[in-house]
Amino acid sequence: MRTVHFDHRNHARDAAFPSPFHSRQAQHNRMKEWSRWSDYLSVPAYWCADMEYFAGRNACGVFDLTPMIKHRVSGPDALPYLNRLVTRDVAKIKPGRVGYSVWCNEQGRVLDDGTIFHFDEGDYRICSQERQIDWFLTSAQGFDVDVREETHDVAGLALQGPTSFAVLNALGLAGVETLTPFGLTTFDFAGASLTVSRTGFTGDLGYELWVDPDHAETLWDRLFEAGELHGIRAMGSQALDLLRIEAGFILAGIDFLPAWEAVRPSHTRSPFELGLGWLVNFDKGLFTGRRALLEEHERGSRYRLVKLDIAGNKPAKDAYVFGGDGKVIGTVTSAMWSPSAKASIALASVETPHGESGEELDVEIYYQRELKWHRVMARARVVDKAFWDPPRRRQTPPAKF
Amino acid sequence: MTNTGAVLIIGGGHNGLACAAYLARAGRPVTVIEAAERVGGMAATREFVTGYRASCAHLLYLLDESVAGDLSLASHGLRLAATELQTVALDPGGEHLLMAPDGLEGGGLGDRDRAAWPEYQRRMSKFAAYLGTLRSQAPPRITNRREDLLALGALAWRLRRMGRDDMREFLRIAGINIHDLLNEYFDSSLLKGALGFDAVLGAFAGPRSNNTVFTALHRRSGAGNGYSVVEGGMGAVTDALAAAATAAGATIRTGVRVQRIESDGLTVSGVELDDGERLAASTIVSNADPKTTMLKLLGARHLEAETARRFHRLRTSGCTAKLHLALDGLPEISGLAAEHLDQRLLIAPGPGYLDRAFNPCKYGEFSRQPAMEIILPSVVDPSLAPSGRHVLSAVVQYAPYRLEGGWEAGKPAFLEAILDTLEGYAPGIRPLIVGSELLTPPDIENLFGATGGHWHHAELSLDQFLMLRPAPRAAQYRMPVDGLYLCSAGCHPGGGVMGSAGRNAARAVLGGAKK
Ligand SMILES: Cc1cc2nc3c(=O)[nH]c(=O)nc-3n(C[C@H](O)[C@H](O)[C@H](O)COP(=O)(O)OP(=O)(O)OC[C@H]3O[C@@H](n4cnc5c(N)ncnc54)[C@H](O)[C@@H]3O)c2cc1C
Repeated sequence: MRTVHFDHRNHARDAAFPSPFHSRQAQHNRMKEWSRWSDYLSVPAYWCADMEYFAGRNACGVFDLTPMIKHRVSGPDALPYLNRLVTRDVAKIKPGRVGYSVWCNEQGRVLDDGTIFHFDEGDYRICSQERQIDWFLTSAQGFDVDVREETHDVAGLALQGPTSFAVLNALGLAGVETLTPFGLTTFDFAGASLTVSRTGFTGDLGYELWVDPDHAETLWDRLFEAGELHGIRAMGSQALDLLRIEAGFILAGIDFLPAWEAVRPSHTRSPFELGLGWLVNFDKGLFTGRRALLEEHERGSRYRLVKLDIAGNKPAKDAYVFGGDGKVIGTVTSAMWSPSAKASIALASVETPHGESGEELDVEIYYQRELKWHRVMARARVVDKAFWDPPRRRQTPPAKF
Repeated sequence: MTNTGAVLIIGGGHNGLACAAYLARAGRPVTVIEAAERVGGMAATREFVTGYRASCAHLLYLLDESVAGDLSLASHGLRLAATELQTVALDPGGEHLLMAPDGLEGGGLGDRDRAAWPEYQRRMSKFAAYLGTLRSQAPPRITNRREDLLALGALAWRLRRMGRDDMREFLRIAGINIHDLLNEYFDSSLLKGALGFDAVLGAFAGPRSNNTVFTALHRRSGAGNGYSVVEGGMGAVTDALAAAATAAGATIRTGVRVQRIESDGLTVSGVELDDGERLAASTIVSNADPKTTMLKLLGARHLEAETARRFHRLRTSGCTAKLHLALDGLPEISGLAAEHLDQRLLIAPGPGYLDRAFNPCKYGEFSRQPAMEIILPSVVDPSLAPSGRHVLSAVVQYAPYRLEGGWEAGKPAFLEAILDTLEGYAPGIRPLIVGSELLTPPDIENLFGATGGHWHHAELSLDQFLMLRPAPRAAQYRMPVDGLYLCSAGCHPGGGVMGSAGRNAARAVLGGAKK
């Protein structure tokens, strides 16, 4: 793998840099708007977030993942290291597989979540929203393991939506049809190695493609060529956000506060409080946060992250959530009108014992119509299932739409 | 795992032995595994030149009286050859200062010094006594649990009971440096040098370093007979502790080193010895220093990451060396009557001298003119040397743990610097020397296993004291891995031959399942 040289980057002057896909993004970016995501320029919406969203649900969208923070963990102790670092049992993520997990501090509060890519025996990548290198290095003491950040060494594209498989097929990636959800494999591509994982942040059929930055533009061009007849479209971060809320995926800094950033400990969350108790494995041995989480498991948690199906069609952005007795019991963290579920949906953090499936709550929604503010109290029902979870997401081989 | 109540203790230093004795007396089956050929650790009496014996720790002044009483150390052979030693601050010009708690003699002192002495003594003794009361218990934890809040409240209450003025004064000075405090009281450089030396002995600090008032108080926190010389050297204390432990049923094995503590990070299951033998144990108490125990024997991977980091960053670099000289006869010190050679002699003629001795240590160099605490134990205990011959035992500062250029090359030069300094006071000493041993911090580390060769196993300072010692959340002897305890000088209340850590750790073990 190539290591990018940063001589041309003046970090004292600039906080964000063009991604390896920048030239191509610029061609598609009709709105000429750029935002910053970690170290890179990112596109909020190339033209129209809704159109890009629909591409993601009905055809396929291409999203630049390069800014995602990527860490490489390798060495003889990589597995025991990861098992002490994260809450789930990493031994269950076999080579050629990807697993989602969270990691906590010793108070059992979530620092971040991310995906663990298991390339080969003793060689892993962890992708996360936040930069974790300090914590990962701190945690490496006592392990024979090499931990480094490789964000800039890897260019990434998410290709998400029902036609994504057809596009990869047209790209000539022989055998990609055998990839099951959370599978991971590599292909020879234009003289480089292209890593493809059947993963994504949209709750639909989709892939993530990883290549060295020198081949980024080639990858983009070839994808769009192959996807021309499959409705391929560049997708910005606003569309991705809509897709992930429908899928019920949480985002660090939005749906929970990474524990390092919290001044008040009560503003942090444990995995249980984020609905991620299934990721906590008490049988695998020691991991950071285990004691505190075991205690919480026995004592009960203070919060619960819930999905809300809300009456009416107004997105319940930042709304307060009220219990039956009219007391505020929580807040909405993410909300939208879901075109696919045809419902106003939200993710919310509520105080226990509230948030049992089926519970009827109220949310207070403020919305604007022609610059005038309105307020409605809307009924909200706690639901279990994700708002978007089509069978095609899991089907292998995937259908060639 | 069935818990038979059996306890395995790693290390037979005085704290490990005290712990063993308390546990054995409580009916626990106890095995002590000591790496050295004999027990005692830094307190052991060793023959350093054929016929001449000395112990690294050489003056007894902190021994916990309740430990001595509970374990009947006197009946197990502990005898003092001399008590209430007075301190003589040696003056290069021969105008030495004799310091007794009730008065000062010589040293060319002025009236202000003499007048201030009683009040300085009163305050420091009172504050030191407060620190002394903290020794007898595990430090309170900072939680919202009732028992912890009460314990914390009790600490504050005892402080308040000093009275308003003294409490204020205590709070004012506890964190400052001894140099500033001494300047408030005294003019005499010699006096300030001697009092400053007491504050920095065993510490990586000079008299202008912060919280050296605290370290001065810690040194005075013993209740007993002031400075005593033990018959047979300090090793007699550890021999008595070993005898008490054995009499109560403990087994002591020497010459075997624990290589590894076996654990899955949740509980401990046993130890592996350097000869490959495995011993199962569900309760392990370690007398090895905290860093060695947690990071080497147990391993950082068996701790949550933040816990490992806390142990990792413990400051453990020692800067104290120990000189043992075998002498053909009694040396003469210019201007000092021979009858005073059985006292505690200090070479620290002024705070500036001390500071200049400390400075090079910060940069990895030894003091060209070191400060020293010297005794001639053979004067009061002839058993330590062949008849008519003598042992000079000196604690020497400063010797950095990591010497620029390495100790192999540096040690002869350091020895020369020490002898030159000694000669300045005892001009005829060189020809009397028949043999010598100089222990640098790495030597002390090799001999006794303590990381950095540190007197206290980990620097004793406010940030590594009480509920922060050795590390926050691990300051009650019980470690976050079930079944593992620490009992060494690296725990509250710190180093020095006192036995408090060993006794408190035994209580934590006996305290049962409370977490
Ligand atoms: C130069 C110097 C002078 C000092 N002078 C004085 C003094 O005059 N008065 C005073 O009160 N204090 C003095 N001290 C301090 C005092 O000696 C120590 O603080 C005290 O002895 C520590 O006792 P301990 O039992 O906690 O640990 P130690 O005495 O260090 O004992 C630890 C024991 O554990 C053993 N051990 C370690 N690792 C293993 C293993 N893996 N397996 C088996 N065994 C192991 C070691 O061999 C050792 O015997 C001095 C210290 C130094 C360095």
